[in-house]
Amino acid sequence: MMRLWLAFALSVAASAAAGQTLRIGLAEDPDILDPTLARTFVGRIVFAGLCDKLFDLDERLNIVPMLATSYSWSADHKALTLKLRQGVTFHDGEKFDAAAVKYNIERHKTMPGSNRRGELAPVESVDVVDPLTARLNLSAPFAPLLAQLTDRAGMMVSPKAAKAAGEKFGAQPVCSGPFRFVERIAQDRIVLERYPGYWNKAAVHFDRIVYLPIVDATVRLANLRAGQLDFIERMAASDVPSMKSDARFKIAKVVEIGYQGITINVGKSDEAKKTALGRDARVREAFELSLDRQGIVDVAMDGEAQVGNQWVAPTSSWYAKNVPMPKRDLAKAKQLLAAAGAPNPTLTLMTPTTSDAQKIAQVVQAMAKEAGFEVKIQSTEFATSLNLADKGQFEAYVLAWSGRADPDGNLFSFHACKQPLNYAGYCDAHTDELIKASRSAASTAERQKLFEQIAAEVVGKARPIVYLFHRHWLWAHTAKLSGFRVVPDGMVRVQGLKLN
Amino acid sequence: MARYLLRRLAALVPTLILVSMLVFGLQQLLPGDPATILAGEDQDPNVVAYLRQKLHLDQPLPVRYLYWAGGVLRGDLGESLRVQKPVTELVLEKLPVTVQLASMAMLIAIVIGVTAGVVSAVKKDTAWDYAANVFALWGLSTPNFWLGILLILLFAVRLGWLPASGYVSPFEDLKGNLAAMIMPAFVLGNAFAAVLMRHTRSAMLQVLSADYVRTARAKGLSERVVILKHALRNALVPVITLGALGFGELLGGTVLTESVFTIPGFGKLVVDAVFNRDYQVVQGVVLVTASAYILLNLLADLAYFFVNPRMRG
Repeated sequence: MMRLWLAFALSVAASAAAGQTLRIGLAEDPDILDPTLARTFVGRIVFAGLCDKLFDLDERLNIVPMLATSYSWSADHKALTLKLRQGVTFHDGEKFDAAAVKYNIERHKTMPGSNRRGELAPVESVDVVDPLTARLNLSAPFAPLLAQLTDRAGMMVSPKAAKAAGEKFGAQPVCSGPFRFVERIAQDRIVLERYPGYWNKAAVHFDRIVYLPIVDATVRLANLRAGQLDFIERMAASDVPSMKSDARFKIAKVVEIGYQGITINVGKSDEAKKTALGRDARVREAFELSLDRQGIVDVAMDGEAQVGNQWVAPTSSWYAKNVPMPKRDLAKAKQLLAAAGAPNPTLTLMTPTTSDAQKIAQVVQAMAKEAGFEVKIQSTEFATSLNLADKGQFEAYVLAWSGRADPDGNLFSFHACKQPLNYAGYCDAHTDELIKASRSAASTAERQKLFEQIAAEVVGKARPIVYLFHRHWLWAHTAKLSGFRVVPDGMVRVQGLKLN
Repeated sequence: MARYLLRRLAALVPTLILVSMLVFGLQQLLPGDPATILAGEDQDPNVVAYLRQKLHLDQPLPVRYLYWAGGVLRGDLGESLRVQKPVTELVLEKLPVTVQLASMAMLIAIVIGVTAGVVSAVKKDTAWDYAANVFALWGLSTPNFWLGILLILLFAVRLGWLPASGYVSPFEDLKGNLAAMIMPAFVLGNAFAAVLMRHTRSAMLQVLSADYVRTARAKGLSERVVILKHALRNALVPVITLGALGFGELLGGTVLTESVFTIPGFGKLVVDAVFNRDYQVVQGVVLVTASAYILLNLLADLAYFFVNPRMRG
């Protein structure tokens, strides 16, 4: 009888643990759930539960094995050989092997509308060496490739399912992550359930994950407090103090890999020549010197950000130490403006309508005024602002970037000539050469050296972007939840998460 | 009656065509390139070009309209590029949610608004009247999102009686559905109740001083019959018009409330679509809303027939 009771108690305990659902509150509704076509940051959070990648990132942004267990570069750095994990299957039971890798990379490169094409541009072909070995052949050495494979470009979908669904694959994605797709109701929920065939089963402690997009940060937090959510991403900085004093919840935070900055039109259109700020690097230097970055962070972000002056945070190992962050210096700013013959330059600061951007613009306006700048704030809805930036119809633009694990993702598209995100219109032949060299450099030391030279040009001289700070990713969750790994890419990795 | 109905239905066709043109044309005035915003963070030029072609943005405006109008006639409202779902499916998924929300809000508004209006007219210049007026002023001046957040903090966070936000289908869990919808319905209904109360009150006051009411009273009818059967019935004519217009407004104006309570309804669908420049969704949703509005107006006109005998002549 005793044994019977024990068995019953155990089975109840087991089913309680196995039957658990993790409810995560997202700040936005994700876009298409197809790694090839996906375009948004928030979509990547859902992929973290759904689609495994060839590599992953750890807390220090080191590249660690996931579906690929090891890699090796050829001597000329033009071929990357991947050893693949054995015994991995997709959610439809299909085997994951080198042929699947080949299919996926080719799909990323050729599917109409693919957002991965640029990320994998240097990959010319993929060879299936043996079932568990794939080789990526490159047209030229490409240092950021491994980091690309830790994101959507490295996500592997079931070739069979992808072929069958065609461009509708995103409506019913089939990957090889810890959870498989169940249903999606747009703007309401995305439901995933545990995949019993997952290769790393031991790290999965939930039966289901429900992602609920709740745009308003106050309502998202209210849901957590009311016990309807277990975890929320992007908590408002202003809620940190009250949450810290509540023992029922825990806060996690880390400096993001992205940045917040002010992009200045220095050559995107003729408009650049019309303003002192666009024409003269001295005026841009004066603008930077008029700003007190810590003051901006304290007022606009409630202190929840790390000040910075480069495309990577000062805490990053890729930070160029030869170009340190300048202190606010109004006297020097005024001197520079006098030397440039523009003691009272006016500038229009285009600002998206988010409350963070508005606050930043107002603080910048007040600070720059003390050096002689007359800043007009032009509040513009985001889609419109992006369009104006693309056409070069702006003088300065408050713009954030979510960041990429490899510094190249924060640098190349913004500062290399004619790149799509180079809204500043900055183009300098020498810097361009340096950036290209940094992409093909083989060793970290060599890249580091090149980044220092690029920083000296971009951050130290031309200043097409005045970098301000790097936000803290702020997550809050019930104190019962353990095992959350704080990775600066802002993702919610579900392996290891547990409700006690 | 049948002729009147046919005439009104025939007039619907040009109205709907005009509406479809307006819906399509006005959207083109939205600044920003939909292909750019749909291309997401990376702004890959290949993706932008691909989307432009897929959305027919490389074609002249009239051609684009015909592509869309042709689809609409076949019952195809296009596809959301953001979530890869047919717009018709999205509409069918979201419309019942908003209709339920708007209906519940309307019910709350009618129960509170009409009752308060009648009471305050009958008990004019008494404490009842003043209380009803204060309530109306409060309802009109309370912003929806503020009231919504306060209700969430009180009933969900502090008391734990109701879910903070979200939606459950009534077919899945009726109790859960009502629990999730009661707060947003109250927030929406509260504001509209105030409007209804003011209108009912003034209409009732006017009717109560009319000759036929005096005649009814002189006939010795009970006050209850006089007020409910004679006065209220006539006073309801303008209130019904307002109600029909208001229901249309509720259908299209649930945006803030849906956002605060994370109700996956029509309002939220269209606002998100506008911000993401998901043109097909915006066009589809606005067209359906406009059509619903027009139909409701027609229904209101027909309702006059039954309520007010003078209009049947």
